[in-house]
Amino acid sequence: MKNTISHRVADFLKDFPPFSFLHQKDLEKLSEQISIVYKDKDAVIFAESEKTHDSFYVVHKGAVALKKSAKNNVLDMCDEGDIFGLRPLLAQENYIMEAIAFEETILYAIPISVFKPYALENRTVGNFLIESYASNTRNPYSDIHKDKLYGDDLLQENLNSNHDSFDLAPIKYSKKIVTCGPSTTVKDAAKIMNQNKVGAILIVDEMIPIGILTDKDLRNKIVTGDYSIMTTAETIMTKPVITYPKKMTVTEAQMAMMKSNISHLCLTKDGTNNTKAVGILSKHDVMVALGNNPAVLIKALKRVKKVKEIKPIRARIMQLLQGYLDQNIPMTLISKIITELNEACTTRVIEMSLKKMSSPPPVKFAWLALGSQGRSEQMLHTDQDNAIVYENVSEVFKDETKIYFLKFAALVNKGLFDIGYDYCPAEMMASNPKWCMSLDEWKNQVHYWITNPGKNEVLLSFIFFDYSLTYGDAEMVNELSDFIFEDVKANPVFYVHLVSGALQSPSPTGFFRQFLVEQDGANKDNFDIKRRALMPLTDAARVLILSHSVKSISNTAARFEKLAELEPNNRELYLSCSYSFKALLKFRTKQGLLHNDSGQFIALETLSKMEKIKLKRTFKTIKELQELISVRFNISNLV
Amino acid sequence: MSLFNFWKKEETLFDENITIEETRFVVLDTETTGFDYENDRILCIGALALQNGTIAIQNSFEVYLQQDHYDKSTAQIHGILRDFVLKRPTEMEALEQFLVFLGDSIIIAHHTIFDVTMINKALERNNLPQLTNKTLDTAYLYKRTLIKSHLFERKDHYTLDDLADKFDISKKDRHTALGDAYITAIAFLKIVKKLREKKEINLNDLFK
Repeated sequence: MKNTISHRVADFLKDFPPFSFLHQKDLEKLSEQISIVYKDKDAVIFAESEKTHDSFYVVHKGAVALKKSAKNNVLDMCDEGDIFGLRPLLAQENYIMEAIAFEETILYAIPISVFKPYALENRTVGNFLIESYASNTRNPYSDIHKDKLYGDDLLQENLNSNHDSFDLAPIKYSKKIVTCGPSTTVKDAAKIMNQNKVGAILIVDEMIPIGILTDKDLRNKIVTGDYSIMTTAETIMTKPVITYPKKMTVTEAQMAMMKSNISHLCLTKDGTNNTKAVGILSKHDVMVALGNNPAVLIKALKRVKKVKEIKPIRARIMQLLQGYLDQNIPMTLISKIITELNEACTTRVIEMSLKKMSSPPPVKFAWLALGSQGRSEQMLHTDQDNAIVYENVSEVFKDETKIYFLKFAALVNKGLFDIGYDYCPAEMMASNPKWCMSLDEWKNQVHYWITNPGKNEVLLSFIFFDYSLTYGDAEMVNELSDFIFEDVKANPVFYVHLVSGALQSPSPTGFFRQFLVEQDGANKDNFDIKRRALMPLTDAARVLILSHSVKSISNTAARFEKLAELEPNNRELYLSCSYSFKALLKFRTKQGLLHNDSGQFIALETLSKMEKIKLKRTFKTIKELQELISVRFNISNLV
Repeated sequence: MSLFNFWKKEETLFDENITIEETRFVVLDTETTGFDYENDRILCIGALALQNGTIAIQNSFEVYLQQDHYDKSTAQIHGILRDFVLKRPTEMEALEQFLVFLGDSIIIAHHTIFDVTMINKALERNNLPQLTNKTLDTAYLYKRTLIKSHLFERKDHYTLDDLADKFDISKKDRHTALGDAYITAIAFLKIVKKLREKKEINLNDLFK
């Protein structure tokens, strides 16, 4: 039946091959027969050697991992618009891979009986399918019902590209070439380079490369004063351009650059400088191809133009994290680097959101990361917690200003959501009017929390007091911090509430020193490492550091290290707290990467004996620390 | 709701062994000429069947009804013009078709009470028996996914737009009956997932 939903499906499919080759009418007809399937994260769509379903699948939302379960490595990741599970249907054999929803996913299931006539009738559709499965088959229609056509090549190919012979893989070059004519002034050329954020511009005559101008040329010839900035590009460009054919491997590209000691290669149609330029290859591209390293990722981030492009970079940050953990690099260093990268992602989203606004911000503002992000302890994808503080404005502009920042915050929150940070379930986000306020409003708010320390106020201040500046004006944030310290000092009873809040996190072990596990819910029988082990440490560190009025250290491990310095008699305990915290965080991060979640819940049976002992050792430290603060702030008098 | 129903709610409605997955739900939405149960009329019923996390497009229902009552002011919301003809059955015919489609499935809608009351009023006018299907409301179920805390105020009413934003569901086709039903269906699936993260739930738990 033709209806609103089938239109909706057709409208999505029309942008993706092979559906894009179908006539609108056919596509609509096809869409009427489709089923929409929802799969929760980790749900199996089909298992290896399972009998084939009568439909194949297109990913509408989310991502699907194709795995060979024996090795458990991901062979392919299907994204929006990707097709999977078609080959076995055509070959009429069982599934050779397993398909698992990598995240929450919506699929379109297309019955093969409905689709097959189109594949047979429409040459482009057929060709596309053949090409995507076995690139060397000449006659697409010869063996469609036999099993060889879409043979095992797919598997082989994927395995290779993922692992070995990496250096010999063809390099990806940028097809968007930044060019200017020979008579362009150097000043304008530099502007173009700046706009496109590239380090080299190609001087072309009808797309035939005649020279190249790089940052180095500008430095050596213009900045030195040898030439004026109004000189034409032609005068100072490097020529002739060293050109190469576009089919290059990573190694070849690297060699070419080293050989001529240049940072950019121009790729032309036939490899000589007599044909049109088709692409440009920079050292940066080579570095990107060689793998993930923080500098490359930061650079890649700076170049993205759309929020959507950040998501794959985030995926690579996770790979990097995995690599660091595998190499056993110290946790302090890992968390610094990863936090830096995550912050760079957020900053980029903020910058892009600012651009989307119709006018620049009316007053100075600061974007604050709260909670675990504020403490630089967030390495995996978790929820967003953030807030905005902006300069005080006169009564007249009050509403207007608030509306501006709320609108801006909504853009940022959506952007962060798009790159993989879930919305905060408690709405602690800058797009919530309660978390988007002027400096004075924040002071009032904080003062209210401090002077009315009920359970909720303490909890809110727990989250808020761990803020750190992500973007914007540092001075204002400083002022707010000062205010908080003064106010807490003036209201010492607040400490007592903070401490009792800090002691409320449930204890990690029971009477017989067994792990206490969750009693109910999806995580039944799992150990909640966040609430039972990390939070007690974080909460205690916050209280202690606040009592010493130490500003701008919000990382828990760093706080303990500072405390060890401030209180030499408790040095040992604090250092072991710092160590425990890092160990626990590493534990959580590893678990999170393993299961592609936040790592909060740990299935105890998957741990080795050694790991369990390590975990338990940290619990002893937690206990001692809790005793220390309850004695120091004399908690028994209150509760 | 009578006292009797109130007590009945606490009882087990369904066999414990019936899973949410195997249950057939009919997710529906109506476009009406207004919000007055007595005077306003249904212009369109959109409904789809949801079972095992799957919506088969073929097995969905979208009917524009022939109505005499028409209110210009709501036309800008639903976009259904009076003369817009698309195989329009009479109210009676549409209801009969709908009842066949619905069967004894559980009804899901957003602010279900409105749609169900609208349909019941129409049934009454046509001397047909009232709906006896069990109903679920995504507006209510969504609230259950939120953290229970005094830290932040929960809104009293969450609109379908709120849910679409929260769950990142495209708002294309918003304010067409079947389009809204689709958004409601996806929101329902995501709500069930959220509830399951907190606690394993079965069909009965959805009605608590």
